[in-house]
Amino acid sequence: MGHGKNHIVNYSTYIFVWLTLVTLTSLTVTVASLDLGFLSVLVALGIASLKALLVLLVFMHLRFDDRMFRIFVLISFITLLIFLVLTFFDYANIR
Amino acid sequence: MNQLVESVVHEHVHRDDVGAKIGMWLFLFTELILFGGMFLAYAVYRYQYGDFFALASKKLDVFFGLINTLILLTSSLTMAMSITAIRRESKKLSMLFLALTIFFALLFMVNKYFEWSAKFSSGIFPGSTELLNQPKGIIIYFGLYFVMTGLHALHVLIGMVILLVMFFYLKSDVINSDYYIMLENSGLYWHLVDIIWIFLFPLFYLIH
Amino acid sequence: MMLTDIKSGNGHNGEYIDFYNAPTKRKGIFKWIFSTDHKRIGILYLVSLLTFFSVAVIFGFLMRLELIAPGKTIMDPQTYNQIFTLHGVIMIFLFIIPGIPAVFGNFLLPLMIGARDVAFPRLNLLSWWLFILGGFVAVISLFLPGGPADTGWTFYIPYSVRTNTNVIPALMGAFILGFSSILTGLNFITTIHRMRAPGMSWFKMPLFVWSLYATGWIQILATPIVGITLLLVAIERWFGVGIFDPALGGDPILYQHLFWIYSHPAVYIMILPAMGVISEVIPVFSRRTIFGYKFIAFSSIAIAFFGSLVWAHHMFTVGMSGTAMWIFSLLTFLVAIPSAIKVFNWVSTLYKGSIELEPPMLFALAFIFNFTIGGFTGLMQGALSLNIHIHDTYFIVGHFHYVMFGGTGFGIFAAIHHWFPKMFGKMYNKRNAKISFALILGGFQLLYFPMFIMGYLGMPRRYYDYLPEFHIWHLLSTIGSWILIPGLILMFVNLIMALKKGQRAEANPWGGVTLEWTIPSPPSFENFEKIPVVEKEPYDFTHYELGEEVKN
Repeated sequence: MGHGKNHIVNYSTYIFVWLTLVTLTSLTVTVASLDLGFLSVLVALGIASLKALLVLLVFMHLRFDDRMFRIFVLISFITLLIFLVLTFFDYANIR
Repeated sequence: MNQLVESVVHEHVHRDDVGAKIGMWLFLFTELILFGGMFLAYAVYRYQYGDFFALASKKLDVFFGLINTLILLTSSLTMAMSITAIRRESKKLSMLFLALTIFFALLFMVNKYFEWSAKFSSGIFPGSTELLNQPKGIIIYFGLYFVMTGLHALHVLIGMVILLVMFFYLKSDVINSDYYIMLENSGLYWHLVDIIWIFLFPLFYLIH
Repeated sequence: MMLTDIKSGNGHNGEYIDFYNAPTKRKGIFKWIFSTDHKRIGILYLVSLLTFFSVAVIFGFLMRLELIAPGKTIMDPQTYNQIFTLHGVIMIFLFIIPGIPAVFGNFLLPLMIGARDVAFPRLNLLSWWLFILGGFVAVISLFLPGGPADTGWTFYIPYSVRTNTNVIPALMGAFILGFSSILTGLNFITTIHRMRAPGMSWFKMPLFVWSLYATGWIQILATPIVGITLLLVAIERWFGVGIFDPALGGDPILYQHLFWIYSHPAVYIMILPAMGVISEVIPVFSRRTIFGYKFIAFSSIAIAFFGSLVWAHHMFTVGMSGTAMWIFSLLTFLVAIPSAIKVFNWVSTLYKGSIELEPPMLFALAFIFNFTIGGFTGLMQGALSLNIHIHDTYFIVGHFHYVMFGGTGFGIFAAIHHWFPKMFGKMYNKRNAKISFALILGGFQLLYFPMFIMGYLGMPRRYYDYLPEFHIWHLLSTIGSWILIPGLILMFVNLIMALKKGQRAEANPWGGVTLEWTIPSPPSFENFEKIPVVEKEPYDFTHYELGEEVKN
């Protein structure tokens, strides 16, 4: 017990993160109106991942919690990624 | 005898905040993978019907999606601030932030309601003749759209109920500056709902 | 943990109240169905699982009877389809998947790590209620107009959105059962992280605990996929959204991908805990420390990991891309490595051990035998060329039953015989147990081995009728079921008799050294009077080599 109990995140940190999130949102909407071809989906997903990372690390306290939680989250995201990649070994090569 | 019952019954309920948090995260992973299955389906169909997806996406109103994104982001902010507040022993402020979070959640649902009814009134809903006459890629796009955003909206609803319960716990001091793990775990759930939307928004509204 | 503790039963100086008689506020059946005590929940699961098992065995028996001769014997084809679906759904979702974790995990995990309960006792009770609810929903379709689903337990698209039978209750049942399974896994992982007794480092945990840990992660990371997939099938049936239905642009192959992303790891949810049981039983009855503790522990994790990467080997004939074919074939062969590590280590533990052929040990040895056959035939199917020949034949059915019944089923029987005295404080008749073992093992081989042969010769699975050339193999197989089932009946009757008339079991009838043997049988409500401090390795039998026996 006691991990993460000691750190209280400041309001200002949260507000800063929120401002960044809003900026990234407007960025992704702006970029979407440009024609980047196949890059556009990568950019959209990249920005979304960045936003998710911010929420995970700050709002969800991963940055301040025990390392174990970060490892757990990593494991589950990697699992999902593996499912995706292995499925596309089928789809990307045939249809 | 009665005292023995009492002591025995209480023995197994021990407090372990870190344990509770581990449990919550593990549960969040199941939610993540649950949506992950649908994102996998989305990826496969977008790969197969990319052009139709871009076409169908134009029928969605980016404005609705953008507003809802901002609403959810802000609700995440107030949620996180509510926890900081209770840990700094300002119960009133914590309740205020939590009430705001619930309000934003409600706003999201209202917005969603108008968005969906607009779709329904223009004849686009699963199994409608209007939709069935479209090419298959468009049927699939709207199938995924309704199922994924629908399931997400269901999670917002569940989140609202949980946060309401937390609000009353805060009010009655069940949650306090020493014991706030329930609020923290509800917050984790709420942020996950936000994260899912962060991905849903560009994948459905911003394809060109 | 001191040797003297093992002998005297952890300082309970004879005076204690076992958990059956511990005072509670509730009366009668409510003492059970609303109890949050992990031991009571374990026994609740045991009773419910064995009930479902018996029902599914009857369905299996009827299937075999129908197949005794070509053409119609006792039922029409539609009934046959529904019966094999029910047999599969009940056996898989209601018996083998929850199987060992729900019963023995619940009962033993806190005992083995020196805790008073699991991390979330109330959640644990909720899992049992969800289990019962899921079972009820799945079985209710029997009595609804339209009859039970006839899709097979795999619910393949497009048939599952076309058939008029009650697919949705079966889907919903499986969905709820998945939830129950997830909550059990979540509970166990948290328990293992947070509630180990002082001194019990990760490498001092019993191997059964390691296997539950690996299983828990699969339950959490794979089950939601099948949850959403089955939900999507139900949504497809209700609203026709087109996600799977090819008529609306959906892709039935995608359904198979999603289904097997869970359902292949699910077979490791079934087999891993059984491997854990074997790792407990073998050292006790060989009076030797386990060979290669860390290898067995890590192989559980490796099986969980690699097992999640091989799902598409169920789909080699659906027209996947060539790249996907060889990748999944390769990965399939890789899973064999950690599995084989376990088998080698068990056999090495036996070497120069002082082997006692008590009933649990017999079942454990039979597990190794059956699992080896099941495992090797699995590798044959992992090879692309051979897979095309034997795909969807009885070869698969034989393989599956060798692993799942010959493996997990025998693991469960080993576990029941091993921990029965601990759970109920009574010893069963060992002679009867050994006779039932012989019948079960013999009947099992006769029932399932012919399936390899007829499958190789081309008998397709799930068929109601067959060509006369397969008659002899089907006949042998059905005769096998007539030996197996009396064996099962004898085994259960023997155990039930032991509950009534069995001799009182001591704290440690087998001479085991893990923590659950240090406390009285049955345990007290709080398990340990004082939480033990662990100092030794989990399978330390050096006292035995010094000539000291710890049985009592």
